[in-house]
Amino acid sequence: MTEIAVGPTGKLMRRDVVKALLENRDGMLAIGGLGAPAWDITAAGDSPLNLPLWGGMGGAAVMGLGLALAQPERKVCVITGDGEMLMGVGSLATVAVQRPRNLSIVVLDNEHYGETGMQETHTKHGVDLVMMAKGAGIADSRLVRTAEELLKLRADIHAGNGPLFAQVKIDEGTQPLVLPPREASILQARMREAIMGPEAHLQ
Amino acid sequence: MFPANAQEDDMQREQLESAPTAAEAWPDQIYDLLKQHGVRQVGLVPDAGHARLIKRCLADNDMKVVSLTTEEEGVALAFGAWLGGEKSVLLMQSSGVGNIINMLSVAIAHRTPCPIIVTMRGDFGEFNPFQVPMGNATQACLEAMGTLVKRADRPEDVADTVNATLRLAFNTYRPTATLLGQRLLGAKTFGK
Repeated sequence: MTEIAVGPTGKLMRRDVVKALLENRDGMLAIGGLGAPAWDITAAGDSPLNLPLWGGMGGAAVMGLGLALAQPERKVCVITGDGEMLMGVGSLATVAVQRPRNLSIVVLDNEHYGETGMQETHTKHGVDLVMMAKGAGIADSRLVRTAEELLKLRADIHAGNGPLFAQVKIDEGTQPLVLPPREASILQARMREAIMGPEAHLQ
Repeated sequence: MFPANAQEDDMQREQLESAPTAAEAWPDQIYDLLKQHGVRQVGLVPDAGHARLIKRCLADNDMKVVSLTTEEEGVALAFGAWLGGEKSVLLMQSSGVGNIINMLSVAIAHRTPCPIIVTMRGDFGEFNPFQVPMGNATQACLEAMGTLVKRADRPEDVADTVNATLRLAFNTYRPTATLLGQRLLGAKTFGK
């Protein structure tokens, strides 16, 4: 099992968090929100089961919803950032109303817009995404600060008792770029093929 | 100016919402087309013009109807659905087109089928000034973002036009839209 280190701020290191969540994933599909979460899921090991986003800011959670509704037998984990989640925060209500058991939304919260010069996000100033998710109706919404809490989160994600929302406080330090393929039609087609086989291309 | 009684209130509300009469067949024709094309997910922000179609979809256990907080979620939903092998459609009013512009880049870049059926406001005899700017710009905005747009203004044109929009989306992998004109939807009742 991946060791989950803490950074200089005493918060969890994002790459370790994502690697732990995706380890022994058993076919779990992952959507990575644009920016650092997309690099994080790629650093954990690029795979057709990964859909790293190069755009669509604010849409990651509902992309996960559409995928989870289409593939109810598969786990779907959306891993995104605090800025991306804040832009589409109404989607928590849309997800909650649909109650997809196989969907988890994990926000890697470094309290900054990391790709644009580390400007502070609202979470730096007390905005509580867990409370917003709870208020939207996602009963299992939790704050994760420690390695122990993260391992519990991992177990619950893999158990499939969603919908589940987690805000994981992470160290704000920037990690080396690990870029996924940028040709988005390939990213889409490879995940479809991983799920449905070659028939996917004849749909 | 406020309505003096309930009957007058109903009349004004009907004007504001420009609901089609229940007798019209085209909403059922759209529903039949969604079934023929195997659409399984229906994302929507409601509009009076879509009311009958929405009811039909809600009554269908093989369709997952997803009510959205904003139209841009519908493009994201379409992408997620297609990743998982399901066809979707997005139902909305023309004012919602302003909310989906950037998210269309997701469907364009990934080559995702994303058919959209838009009921028009601000189009033909509009009553509400706020509907006119977006209504007037709806087609231009969609086309500026690479969406193939077809338009139906007469009941007899709706089925063929929507069918073309669905076929173009699912056969050629891109966002497409049918605009259902306000003339079709019943805004003509304003001209009293």
